[in-house]
Amino acid sequence: MATVTATPIPQVVAHSVEKPMRGWVDWVTTTDHKKIGIMYLVLTFAFFGVGGVEALLIRLQLAVPDNTLLDFKTYNQLITMHGTTMVFLFVVPVMAGFGNYFVPLMIGARDMAFPKLNALSFWMLAAGGLVFYASVFFNPPECGWTCYVPLASKDYLPNGGVDAWIFLVHLTGIGSLVGSVNFYVTIANLRAPGMTWSRLPLFAWTILTYSVLLILALPAIAAAVTLLLTDRHFGTNFYDPAEGGSPLLWQHLFWFFGHPEVYIMVLPGFGIISEVLPVFARKPIFGYKAIAASTLTIAFLGLMVWAHHMFTTPSPSVVLVFFMVSSMLISIPTGIKIFSWIGTLWRGTIIFATPLLFAVGFLGTFLIGGITGVILALYPVDWQLHDTYFVVAHFHYVLMGGAVFAVFSGLYYWFPKMTGRMMDEKLGKISFWTMLIGFHVTFLVQHSIGLDGMPRRIPEYADVGNLAIYNLISTIGAFILGIGILLTAINALRSLKHGAVSGPDPWKANTLEWFTQSPPPQNNFDAVPRVRSVEPMKDIRAEIERRNNEPNPVSA
Amino acid sequence: MIALAIGLTLVSAGPASASFWAPQSGGSPNADRIHTLYAVVFAVGVVIFIAVFGALVYAMVKFRARPGAVAEQLHGNTRLEIGWTAGAAGIVLILGIVTFLMLPGIRNPDNSDADGWAIPAGYQTAKDKELLPEDGKSLNIDVNGQQYAWRFTYPDADRDRQNNVQAYEEMVVPTGTTVTLDIRSSDVGHAWWIPKLGGKADALPGYTNHTWFKIPRGKEGVYVGQCAELCGRNHANMTARVRAVTPEQFTQWLASQKSSLAQAGVAADEFREQQAKNDAAAAAAQAPEAEGSETQTPEASTSSDDAESAAGAAQR
Repeated sequence: MATVTATPIPQVVAHSVEKPMRGWVDWVTTTDHKKIGIMYLVLTFAFFGVGGVEALLIRLQLAVPDNTLLDFKTYNQLITMHGTTMVFLFVVPVMAGFGNYFVPLMIGARDMAFPKLNALSFWMLAAGGLVFYASVFFNPPECGWTCYVPLASKDYLPNGGVDAWIFLVHLTGIGSLVGSVNFYVTIANLRAPGMTWSRLPLFAWTILTYSVLLILALPAIAAAVTLLLTDRHFGTNFYDPAEGGSPLLWQHLFWFFGHPEVYIMVLPGFGIISEVLPVFARKPIFGYKAIAASTLTIAFLGLMVWAHHMFTTPSPSVVLVFFMVSSMLISIPTGIKIFSWIGTLWRGTIIFATPLLFAVGFLGTFLIGGITGVILALYPVDWQLHDTYFVVAHFHYVLMGGAVFAVFSGLYYWFPKMTGRMMDEKLGKISFWTMLIGFHVTFLVQHSIGLDGMPRRIPEYADVGNLAIYNLISTIGAFILGIGILLTAINALRSLKHGAVSGPDPWKANTLEWFTQSPPPQNNFDAVPRVRSVEPMKDIRAEIERRNNEPNPVSA
Repeated sequence: MIALAIGLTLVSAGPASASFWAPQSGGSPNADRIHTLYAVVFAVGVVIFIAVFGALVYAMVKFRARPGAVAEQLHGNTRLEIGWTAGAAGIVLILGIVTFLMLPGIRNPDNSDADGWAIPAGYQTAKDKELLPEDGKSLNIDVNGQQYAWRFTYPDADRDRQNNVQAYEEMVVPTGTTVTLDIRSSDVGHAWWIPKLGGKADALPGYTNHTWFKIPRGKEGVYVGQCAELCGRNHANMTARVRAVTPEQFTQWLASQKSSLAQAGVAADEFREQQAKNDAAAAAAQAPEAEGSETQTPEASTSSDDAESAAGAAQR
């Protein structure tokens, strides 16, 4: 006993080391950005599945003219739940999920700036989803995801569905606001040494913009739904024209949020594409500054185009002209992005891995959505196309073919980092082609459905023109698309156990998340390397190579 | 793949379906002009699509990884980037100019044709001049949306709104004549849309919206459409029809509506007179007669309902 006294012992001793939590308690109480990110992704993909089933039910009802599969009430509930789920519970939060997991890793931080707030923002999302889906057991809302008044007022929809929708908007909104502040502070303050603004990864740029847009846009919808809540329950008349209120006020407030929301959904997708393309073309991103600047320009213009959703309302010509011009202008920065992405592929050596396929699928699909967007921006043309299936096709090209394809690209790209295992390439490619074919079969023909005179949100249609055959094609496509998505789900679940072990950097990628192990340890990095360009990993690999080639190699 | 999808839909569309790639038109000049504007933008869009998509496919084929191939480590090309920014801006500018050139013809009503229905001078209601044709003459019909039907109120020369001709579901209009619409709603939001007669106009409670159409002579017939704004469970069944007839037929139709309305009015007046007499008799006979007047009231109202529905049937 006495012989060992010479051994130096640390003088600072923790009084008690907290035992690591186990199992589900660990997940429920975690403030680790990676675990929160995983929870975001799991929950939002689950909602994606639910929203997808709702979409398939809608397409089944529309498969043949005068179908009686669903009654009108159920149909209106389904379109409301599909839209709300995909926007509020899938596309927006799935970007927060990727952002949560990868922004700190990409910028060389050990966690988000406010880990507890981060957990709060996830649980607010979960609570919003719970409140909304609880209405399934009572009366889901029937007002469409836009819940236009007076239809959403107590006179026309007195049951609790609309209230559940209001609370969903509030709860997920608070979650997004808290998360956005967190993202902003993290990116502004926790970047690795040497990572100046012009070396910030483009995905982090888009998450930064996403956060700013959410902070600017969410208060408008929070106000709008609060006014609706007081109209419904506390006797106010903000939206009742008989009492001096205005239903147009709802539309302005809703779309002041609703259109930036579109960019909130698609900009992080742009960010994913900007990360994936250079890695698989083995080439730096073409025009880094132009892409970052166009992200900011789109966000700025995106705040000034909301009334292009209201071209058919009784509004003065000067208003219509302003919003037409601002909407057309957005096509310029969007064009810059598309051209720069093609420039990135140009003269590269393109490796056709699944993430790249989804990224290129995104490019082609989004291009069509962008062009139909310009057509819709011309308000005299919009008078014909507004609220028809042409619009449905357009926004699915942007959000499903655009944002969701980008999300799938990100999933295949980052899955090895999150799990330490690769997803199966063969199944991934089959899934991609099935999804791409299914998507275009579903939605390309919907342009013609709209031009043939079919409005959106109708549960049945007469057998006139070519509507019957168009709709049947669209329904068949939807099921092909569903199978494609299912294949990726199977792929992800199977690869968790059976995927090839990936190692820290399977793609030879460019950004810092690939510097650490897969999956990363709790503290992310033991040492954060100094960043000297927008592609730090490329620099590090080059440095290792250089030292290895020296006559007397020293350890890097 | 996209080409496959296009091919598939092309095959399914069959020959010469005008609404396959462009909005419907052919019933009114504004619909035709929207169709033209759409065609211009569509053509520009197709060219852009082919150019950009072609470049993408070319890059995918030409620059795929081959043994020995080395990626060019290029960070950008300022001249090229400025070039395509300017190119995109130029296209937007051209589309904007085309739109502004075509806008007045779509938004502002045309004058009626010389052989159209002669609009009586007293018919015009006080309306913003910009919403009327240049000559100030149009058949101005009041369109009211309600769950789940459209009501049309025709103008007349007097100030009494009670005796105006009304119709539900089907609007009868003369050809060759500019029809301007005042669109309102009495409950939730609706949208007026007859695809062949031009664009939509939302019907929103508390607001009046405006649109117009002019069906040319020789295109008499029925034009159909339906409500285009989710208005409740029966939204899909809120249909609208416009039946275009020759000006002569319209004169007859309006006259017959007027006369049946007048007859109904006379009948209603007679019933009211009778009612007043009965009431007076009841009042004279005092208390025990209260029951009698009670039985009289429903009888009278049923009869006037009959008169109204007779008028309604005549309208249909």
